[in-house]
Amino acid sequence: MSARGPFRDRPSIRVEALSLSRGQRVLFEGLSFAAASGAYVEVQGSNGSGKTSLLRAIAGLLRPRAGQIAIEGAEDPSLALHYVGHANALKREASVRAHLHYWAGLFGGSPSEDYVAQTLGLGPVMSLPVRVLSQGQARRLALSRLIVAPRPIWLLDEPAAALDEGGKAVLNEMIAAHRASGGIAIAAVHEPLGAPPSQAVRVAA
Amino acid sequence: MFAFLANPARFMVFSAWAAPVLFVGALVLFATGIPWALFYSPPDYQMGDTVRIMYVHVPAAWWSMGAYAFMAGASFIGLVWRHVLADVAARAAAPVGAVFAGICLVTGSLWGAPTWGTWWEWDGRMTSMLVLFITYLGYLALWNAIEDEERAARLAAILCLVGAINLPIVKFSVDWWSTLHQPASLMRSGGSAINDEMLGPLLTLGGAYLLLFGALTLMNMRAAIFRRRVESAELRKAQS
Amino acid sequence: MSAFGVTFRRELALLWAGGGALAPIGYFLGATLLVPLAMGPERTLLQAAGPPLVWIAAALSVMGMLERLFQADLEDGSLDQMLLSAPPLELIVFAKGAALWVAIGLPLALTGAPIAIALQAPVERVPSIVASLALGTAGFVGVGLIGAALTASVKRGGVLLALIVLPLFAPPIIFGASVASGEDVAAAFAILGGCALGGLALGPIAAAAALRLQAE
Repeated sequence: MSARGPFRDRPSIRVEALSLSRGQRVLFEGLSFAAASGAYVEVQGSNGSGKTSLLRAIAGLLRPRAGQIAIEGAEDPSLALHYVGHANALKREASVRAHLHYWAGLFGGSPSEDYVAQTLGLGPVMSLPVRVLSQGQARRLALSRLIVAPRPIWLLDEPAAALDEGGKAVLNEMIAAHRASGGIAIAAVHEPLGAPPSQAVRVAA
Repeated sequence: MFAFLANPARFMVFSAWAAPVLFVGALVLFATGIPWALFYSPPDYQMGDTVRIMYVHVPAAWWSMGAYAFMAGASFIGLVWRHVLADVAARAAAPVGAVFAGICLVTGSLWGAPTWGTWWEWDGRMTSMLVLFITYLGYLALWNAIEDEERAARLAAILCLVGAINLPIVKFSVDWWSTLHQPASLMRSGGSAINDEMLGPLLTLGGAYLLLFGALTLMNMRAAIFRRRVESAELRKAQS
Repeated sequence: MSAFGVTFRRELALLWAGGGALAPIGYFLGATLLVPLAMGPERTLLQAAGPPLVWIAAALSVMGMLERLFQADLEDGSLDQMLLSAPPLELIVFAKGAALWVAIGLPLALTGAPIAIALQAPVERVPSIVASLALGTAGFVGVGLIGAALTASVKRGGVLLALIVLPLFAPPIIFGASVASGEDVAAAFAILGGCALGGLALGPIAAAAALRLQAE
């Protein structure tokens, strides 16, 4: 079981006058919002409006065209956040357990096999390669990164994609526990996850 | 000078007259250098009139390497300071450098036929030039294969710098290799000593190639900048 | 375990699961088999042409493994995770290269022994051929990382990758083939080692810079 107690630093995110572009196409301009410790932010917008790009920019994977993204209260920026993207970042030939151990080593955490087996329901497939998993099981495995290595900021891109009702319930519980321990979750969603967000951000050109 | 030109708008104003001036300068130097080289310079005591190929061949070799050095410098600036104009400059110089390298290879082959009795000799310099030519092709191919222009520019810049490290190593390796595989007497390094009467036309044509390189690179840069403006204008129209 | 350790072990496991060195070794054997078939089995001819062709086949075998090296990570999202983890990307790229060399380069070098013998190389020269192939494949992997990273986002980028990597393969080929033909062995060995070290030092740095751009 990973340490899920309150984070030593109370993180906060401030986005100011942010503009993003893909190639020459401007996605949006002048976006500002702030999120404090314990916040759950839902990012809404139509297809192609730049929800994914916003999350990638906060993660530092995408360089903004203009504007500021400040992550405060995180001691070590490289230990500040998790990003669960559209792609699950799984290898077809590696087992569920091998993924957990790899992430524990890469991010610095513990494999948390018990939590993943029981709460995320991947116990029966723990030793099987990813290629035999269903879409929903693969998504659960991707979400287990959040548990394996605790990070104060979660960036989730359509986290409920392919999840069944049970999966969505677990996801909501994970987010609630994360907020309770002082973390921030920012999710780009098509439809609300269920738990009411502390704020909503709309992106549009 | 550099900081002044770093502004694209000022660059367009500057290049609008610099490109034609350089081009005319190149024409003047070619018009003096070519007759000088063909009619008024002495034939080589060994090679006779075939030595005149040198006046086309050697400046092409110089400035194909010079163009690569220019590209490496521009790539470095583009990577470190993320300067758009440096990216455009590196890309614009590449086809010119590649064509110079091609001219060098073809004229080298033509020169080889009467002097060495073969159309192609695997001597150190020709082989290095061939590697440079292939490096140019890889650079251009990489640029064309990647759709996003900004990413293409940065990736090509990395390749250009890697090539700039690789080419001297290749030169060294190939020299080592060619002394191993052929008697040194076949290739007198440096050829016969160039006498002063040959130096004049050679340097004139060297200058002509340089001005031509500058003119063509500036024109390529202008074309690229115009194309970018048209594209973004069309994109704005489509978005609004 | 360290980031190097976990990445190395995972890559090794994935390479084995994907067939390991089976395909590259098969390719290596097959390509060199074509030499006597095309040239005739004459001993002196093979002695002259064999060593260089072993090197070309080895270079092509390594090249064949490069195309998917980072492309798969880019497509399935693993590259993002590598970028977001605390250890520097250069270290992770180096670990991937090291795993590729252990899984493919070393087996290729060892396969070089029977191939060299079949191509009529003098038996006493076989150990130095194997050692030079081990060094040479390390150099190929090192500079190959750069080509693989630069073309990671290019679909069917195999030919482009080859074009980019070929000039970088030239020095190891020159000195490796010199060892194999017994010319100036000591100097060739030293320079070949230099090429391998240079490739392994420069490769991860340039490849990581390229991968950061690919992820954008």
